[in-house]
Amino acid sequence: MDKFGFSLSRARVIDYDKNDRRIAEYIYEHEPSFRLCIECGACAATCTAGNFTEFSLREFNVLLKRGENDKVRARLKKCMFCGKCILACPRGVNTRNVIFLARQAFRIFDGNET
Amino acid sequence: MESEGSERIWSDYQKEIADDHFFYVRSCIRQSFFPGSEKFFLDFLRDKLGKDVFENPSHTTCTGIGYHADIVPFQTIMTVIARHYALMKEAGYKNIAISCVTSFGIYAEILETWKHFPEELEKTREYLYKATGREFDLPENIAHTSDIIYKFRNEIAANAKYLLVNRQTGEPLKVVEHIGCHYAKIFPKYGVGGAEFPKVLSGMIEAWGGEVVDYPERRHCCGFGFRQYLVQANRGYSLSNTAKKFSSMKPFKPDLVLTNCPGCTMFMDKWQYTIKEMDGTTFGVNGESIPVLTYEELAGLVLGYNPWDLGLQYHMVQSEPLLRKMGIEYDIRDKYSTRDGKQMPVPENLINA
Amino acid sequence: MPEMSAHVVVAGGGAAGIEAAGMLARSGIRVTLIEKETEPGGHLKGWYHLFPDRRDSREVISYLSRLISHENIDFIPGETVAKIDRKGLSFSVTTGKGGSFTADAVLIATGFDMFRCERKEEYGYGIYDNVITSAELEVMFRNGEIKTVGGIVPSKLGMIHCVGSRDEKVGNLYCSKLCCVTAVKQAMEIKEYISDARIFCFYMDMRMGGAMYEELYREAQEKYGINFIRGKVSEVSVSIDNRLIVKSEDTLAGRPLKMEVDMLVLMAGMEISDGGKKLALASGLKTGENRFLASADNHYGSNRSHISGIFYAGTCTAPMNVTDTISHARGAAAEIIDYLRNTGRHNG
Repeated sequence: MDKFGFSLSRARVIDYDKNDRRIAEYIYEHEPSFRLCIECGACAATCTAGNFTEFSLREFNVLLKRGENDKVRARLKKCMFCGKCILACPRGVNTRNVIFLARQAFRIFDGNET
Repeated sequence: MESEGSERIWSDYQKEIADDHFFYVRSCIRQSFFPGSEKFFLDFLRDKLGKDVFENPSHTTCTGIGYHADIVPFQTIMTVIARHYALMKEAGYKNIAISCVTSFGIYAEILETWKHFPEELEKTREYLYKATGREFDLPENIAHTSDIIYKFRNEIAANAKYLLVNRQTGEPLKVVEHIGCHYAKIFPKYGVGGAEFPKVLSGMIEAWGGEVVDYPERRHCCGFGFRQYLVQANRGYSLSNTAKKFSSMKPFKPDLVLTNCPGCTMFMDKWQYTIKEMDGTTFGVNGESIPVLTYEELAGLVLGYNPWDLGLQYHMVQSEPLLRKMGIEYDIRDKYSTRDGKQMPVPENLINA
Repeated sequence: MPEMSAHVVVAGGGAAGIEAAGMLARSGIRVTLIEKETEPGGHLKGWYHLFPDRRDSREVISYLSRLISHENIDFIPGETVAKIDRKGLSFSVTTGKGGSFTADAVLIATGFDMFRCERKEEYGYGIYDNVITSAELEVMFRNGEIKTVGGIVPSKLGMIHCVGSRDEKVGNLYCSKLCCVTAVKQAMEIKEYISDARIFCFYMDMRMGGAMYEELYREAQEKYGINFIRGKVSEVSVSIDNRLIVKSEDTLAGRPLKMEVDMLVLMAGMEISDGGKKLALASGLKTGENRFLASADNHYGSNRSHISGIFYAGTCTAPMNVTDTISHARGAAAEIIDYLRNTGRHNG
């Protein structure tokens, strides 16, 4: 690559069909209310963690659904489980359990959490 | 692909292409990278079809590369284009034939600007008059030179010596076509067939016996992108776009890529070499690369021109696999000979040769 | 009662025209109901189930058919209204085949045309196999079979919202209002035919404004597992396996997204019908920026044209669902009865 002074970049596109969606499916199965999320962002707006770090529960949920697992994994431990998001959710999603299950799913499918 | 539907859409994008008396404006880069292309165009139109094609040696670059690199201001490029129209007026021509998609896009953009902002036209008239004393008229017909080859594609087919057919299998060759972003994406109405299902190159391919490959990234940019290429640190973006296109077409096993725009031809040809050098990836079958030809080069091959007269040896990806498929006879000794028969140095590690 | 009862010509025998004709007929007014097709019912005829309750459209058609059989209604199929001329207090109505009627009032209920999806070239409708319209999917539902052109049951389907709506590129700035709920309803129905199908709706905004629409959306997520991706599809192409490749931005992830599907359903928007457009032009009726017929007043005169005695009902004025169309038609009939009474031609 040094020969040219530039290199090939990786595409930013979410290649849905190639992504591993087992984590998302695991959550759908154990917390069906996750399906109801419409990505309105009320959870992220009230999130304690999101106020001071680059964490958005809304984005977390989208990435989870799309199978962008590396990005989900990197965000897994931001949540402090305070539960305020559950109170804000207009669709009745058990958001705290979504994160809890995500951690569980990574343990099952990755063999470890992070 | 159901061709009937495509034909229906295409009928919404009919384009008037002049028949004769062209004022010809050359590309900046084609003569060095694809030196036989413009010569073929002139010979074919003048000698084979008996058309009147006029060139003025005072014609300059359109400054398009500078314009798209944010170096040349819009007022300046409008005045440069106005000067070309003045040369055309002075020579008594009304139909402009443009040998470059970048220029073509600029001519179209400026015509549309003048239509929607007539004060810009008046200002440009003043600039040009003050700078050069010249005056100009707007063209009656604006055509890219591929439009003109498209217009006469059936004449070429009627005189074809070689078709886009694999001589051994009898199957039509699979051809990827790439019209270039500035041909029809800026103004779909200026392009034959519009931007989504363009007809200018696919019409040639079909007329000459080939099969158009409709691959997923057909409409994606070749990767040139002006600023992306011109700054070395950004070149990875240019390269990555080309890689994206070629990865998408690879499963369709195209026999060649037919291009419209000088920049696209150059990058789709040369970046194949670069990617191969970087990580060994090739996009043709059996580790080969895919030859990338201009429409004049392909028309020339179909008509039986000597491939070395057409300048195919100056491409990065060599065309021999294609020549063999089409059954074209050629003498390898001519490949690097000068016109007076002297042997030129033969490049090392030629791709596909 | 006057010796001769008043006479109203109704242009268009869909839900709006029939409902209004029925109401006029019941109040003793003679109605000539002119319909371009051989059967009444308009677009309803091609629809399988209606939203939000997924009732069979044939039930509504059979309700409408009963209305038509009223003795005061003269139903003329296979004919159109080409031009309306005002002659004093009455109107001369010229038909497409050159016939003519004299009427005391005219009701235009010429409805809508589905957006011609081939105009969104980048979706490849009419070019790629298995890119179909919402209307074509309804036909498949009615025929009891969803299959690709190759005869295979699709396992992954995409629904593209806003095809021909909210799109300056096709000249339609307006929202067609019904396509979002249609997509949700159809996605659920597909699941009933193909239980393991995976379905993705690509939307710009979910506009579930009608009664019970939002609830339907929720049900689609909760019970049917329909996936929703916020992003307008920019381009459709085919893979070497002849599967459709959809490109969109996942606007909530902030990244482009691509996926392959077996079948793609385009939620075609609504445009004023070609017949309505021509009739408006020939008769000097005003149209709005959206090209639909412009009413005399947006709030309390949506059934009136600016020509006294010419009235509007239904989707010739704006995209509308069946419920609203029927209410709008009743409003039109009430306006007409009022008008005829006030001009001394009806005392019913």
